[in-house]
Amino acid sequence: MKHRFFTADMKMSEIFHTNLNMAVLLPRLDMDFGFAEKTVVQCCQMHGVDCDFFLMIGNVYTFEDYLPDTEELHKLNIDKLLEFLLKSHKYYMEERLPHIENHLEKIVENGDASVQAILKQFYADYKQEVWNHFEYEEDTVFPYIRQLLNDKSKPNYQIDQFEQNHSNIEDKLADLINIIIKYLPGKLRTADRISMLQDLNALSADLNRHALIEDKILVPFVEYLEKQRHENN
Amino acid sequence: MKTIKILLAEPSDVIAAGFQELLGADSPFVICGCCSSAEGLKEAVVRYRPALLLINPSLLGDSAVTELSSLTDVNPHIVFVALVYQYFSASMLRPYAAVVDICDSKMQIENKLKQVLKNQDPSETGEGYELTQREKDVLVLVAKGLMNKEIADKLNLSVHTVITHRKNITHKTDIKSVAGLTVYALLNNLIDKDEVL
Repeated sequence: MKHRFFTADMKMSEIFHTNLNMAVLLPRLDMDFGFAEKTVVQCCQMHGVDCDFFLMIGNVYTFEDYLPDTEELHKLNIDKLLEFLLKSHKYYMEERLPHIENHLEKIVENGDASVQAILKQFYADYKQEVWNHFEYEEDTVFPYIRQLLNDKSKPNYQIDQFEQNHSNIEDKLADLINIIIKYLPGKLRTADRISMLQDLNALSADLNRHALIEDKILVPFVEYLEKQRHENN
Repeated sequence: MKTIKILLAEPSDVIAAGFQELLGADSPFVICGCCSSAEGLKEAVVRYRPALLLINPSLLGDSAVTELSSLTDVNPHIVFVALVYQYFSASMLRPYAAVVDICDSKMQIENKLKQVLKNQDPSETGEGYELTQREKDVLVLVAKGLMNKEIADKLNLSVHTVITHRKNITHKTDIKSVAGLTVYALLNNLIDKDEVL
């Protein structure tokens, strides 16, 4: 089945009716609700957001088979993308992970002390791993991209070293969901457990899309920059 | 009826579309995704979690064994079936659990796919989803942070057998990370928290 990707002339509200998960992106894109009947391009203008960039993110976020075409990709506003990724990291670390941790604490509060310790340790390790991954991007990958753009000196890094270590993070998150469903004893704060599972599920989907943005936009764009630099030298 | 997800890796659009059509209606199978090259295969396996990969061996060439084992790393219970319409040597087909020829009838294809999955599914072979004592022994050592080689030495097993046990543990519990397996071992009282925390 061939579906239509998001376009500049459609109603902004339609995008969110199609994929409500995109709501979490608004703060990261410096946008807000209240679209009324405005089109995507109108809303983007109103908020000073690059419309092509918005569509690229929205399409990766929503359609599994979407891949930006070469021309779109070469026009990419990389500063905007890096800013978006940084804001996403901040959102996960400062909002989502602590929020989920709160649920976890409530769930294990009345349980056995050792179960409490085990799960808290698992979660702390998971958070650390996510942080390490983000830190690597922010301290190594992003500066490298800026160097490619601005600096003529020879970088001692290449994007193909960008380890695809998303899978570890995804595995741990899937394991946590599994543990909460299957192995944590029953009768432990069912309502909190349900909220936590919903939050974990949303986080997992969000992180998965985040990884796709890196795989489908960031990495191909940097490969393009590398090729250009290679040809100029 | 439970549907069985198949990932199709086939360079020809015509043949890929043919399989979608053939395994579409009134079959227990569903094609959850298609790849036309080896690139993106791992990502697709992670994303769609197919039970079976139906793949044209020409996509992997001589590196089939390493490529397929990297897919097993991300999805330990995936089954590989070759999809052929040209000659492949026996050694090229060795990594696959079965071979489907495009001249096979719909029924032959379905039976082949069902048969390989039946061989794979522990509930069909009577093992059930509970861990065996040997698997528990391995799990405890994994949770304590031992490497495969160390576990093999300790339990007097080959490294290969340890890896098989680990695959089965992950298949039965659906837990992939060592940290997750440690939590599992602790919650099931297989080890004491002082031993790992």
